[in-house]
Amino acid sequence: MTATRPDRATPTGEAREVPGLVESRGFNFWYGPKQALKEISLTIRPRSVTALIGPSGCGKSTFLRSLNRLNDIIPETRHTGSIRVGGEDIYAPRVDVVNLRQRVGMVFQRWNPFPRSIFDNVAYGPRLNGRPSRADLDAIVESALRRTALWDEVKDRLRQSALSLSGGQQQRLCIARALANRPEVLLLDEPCSALDPIATQKIEELLFQLKSELTIVIVTHNLQQAARVSDETAFFFLGEVIEHDVTARIFTSPKVGRTEDYITGRFG
Amino acid sequence: MTVRAVSPRSLRRRRALNLVMSGLMGLAAVLATLPLILLLGHLLREGASSIDLAFFTRMPKPVGESGGGMANAIVGTLILVGIAGAIGLPVGIGAGLYLAEQRRARLATGVRFLSDVLNGLPSIVMGIFAWHFLVRPVGHFSALAGGVALGAMMIPLVTRATEEMVLTVPTSLREAALALGYPRWRTSVSIVLRTALPGIVTAALVAVARIAGETAPLLFTAFGNHYWSVALDQPIASLPHQIYTYAKSPYDDWHRLAWAAALVLIGLVLAISLVARFVTRSRHGGVGD
Repeated sequence: MTATRPDRATPTGEAREVPGLVESRGFNFWYGPKQALKEISLTIRPRSVTALIGPSGCGKSTFLRSLNRLNDIIPETRHTGSIRVGGEDIYAPRVDVVNLRQRVGMVFQRWNPFPRSIFDNVAYGPRLNGRPSRADLDAIVESALRRTALWDEVKDRLRQSALSLSGGQQQRLCIARALANRPEVLLLDEPCSALDPIATQKIEELLFQLKSELTIVIVTHNLQQAARVSDETAFFFLGEVIEHDVTARIFTSPKVGRTEDYITGRFG
Repeated sequence: MTVRAVSPRSLRRRRALNLVMSGLMGLAAVLATLPLILLLGHLLREGASSIDLAFFTRMPKPVGESGGGMANAIVGTLILVGIAGAIGLPVGIGAGLYLAEQRRARLATGVRFLSDVLNGLPSIVMGIFAWHFLVRPVGHFSALAGGVALGAMMIPLVTRATEEMVLTVPTSLREAALALGYPRWRTSVSIVLRTALPGIVTAALVAVARIAGETAPLLFTAFGNHYWSVALDQPIASLPHQIYTYAKSPYDDWHRLAWAAALVLIGLVLAISLVARFVTRSRHGGVGD
């Protein structure tokens, strides 16, 4: 593909303990007999937004869910190859999945707050690590809500049900819930596909601010969104990464014909 | 595509048919509730006059003396239901959670099948079972044996209902908890079980209402008692059993008390059902999609 990216200074495959650095090497994944991912080798730069695009069923979401091992809960799946997050092989036998999922947060397509209060939703993650004091918890919740620009909208009704919020607010609450764990990587699986344009814009602005602190990987079907929010884009097709490059180049001068076909709307 | 015109005659026939069928369904719906309405009406006519404060606070009077109440049977039923709940609810809820969370496990398939078999088991068989293990070895009837028999009946009811309620918790909530780092068991308890709790409470109340009126399992376990007793290792009175004894007696006074007891029992079951309804209602108010 290209050789002009600064993060490729060291040879691939070597473990580097950079927080938020995600490196996939020769990663294959199967649902039963069906192979969903083929030899995925992808380096995701820390403190940037990487968009995963491609037609439905191409493996984007499977890859995303491999990064926090959420696919573990699906029976009869297997994988080969390696994925490293911050230098650590996340599929190594000694890895604690609980710890991994706190380091790698996730936001889903359909917002899924717990049917509890707004406060409790954000506090769920921190409460998992021992019993934080009331004051600590208050501070963590406020900071997470501020970072998602939700604080001013909900500060007077933290005790109300999270389900009383609008769809866009619920989705931002889910982002706040993930942020309260202080993750180094945030995975988003089509976070805006069920939101209206204004709510979508708010979330995109959020991603722009958050990327100064953590690595963001976003699966999206909306190519304009990929072009707007991401620094790099990877094009998935039939379980393979066809092309991975700086977003501007993917959208203006893709090197592979199939990428161009997809981006110009000839298929997909 | 062209829409074929329907002749006015066949349209009229269709409408008439629709009217007849709707009428038949409505009639069936009324007939379905008719037994309950008749029963309630009859109970009210025969039993309401015998219900007073004494009915709840006094002991039964000997034959020949009028008045008296069923305090022992009311308390006995509460104790029996309490024992049954202490056995049936934890086991049933735990088993139901297991069945829902480990759907494909071979053990789950077996347990699910056996639960359905147990649900269909005649309640008198449950009574014989409790008699064999808890009455015969000690040589006398006891409240404990009756409670165990009722509890054993409750287990499959609560198990299957809990499983259904837990399955209504959307996968997205499970995934949200897992993605936050929650281990599976904690996801099951603090997200899945908590979200399904109102439904489980409803199911538990329905199960309680169902077993509160059971008579057959008590015939040779709790046996019944004409005197005041709250000892768990002694025979104990219960409303269903008291109704059974009084109804087959030759005394008019006892017949009246039996009617009153039946009315109280139905009232209890109705009250529990109403609470269950209320809990379900608040669940739908609280949880969205």
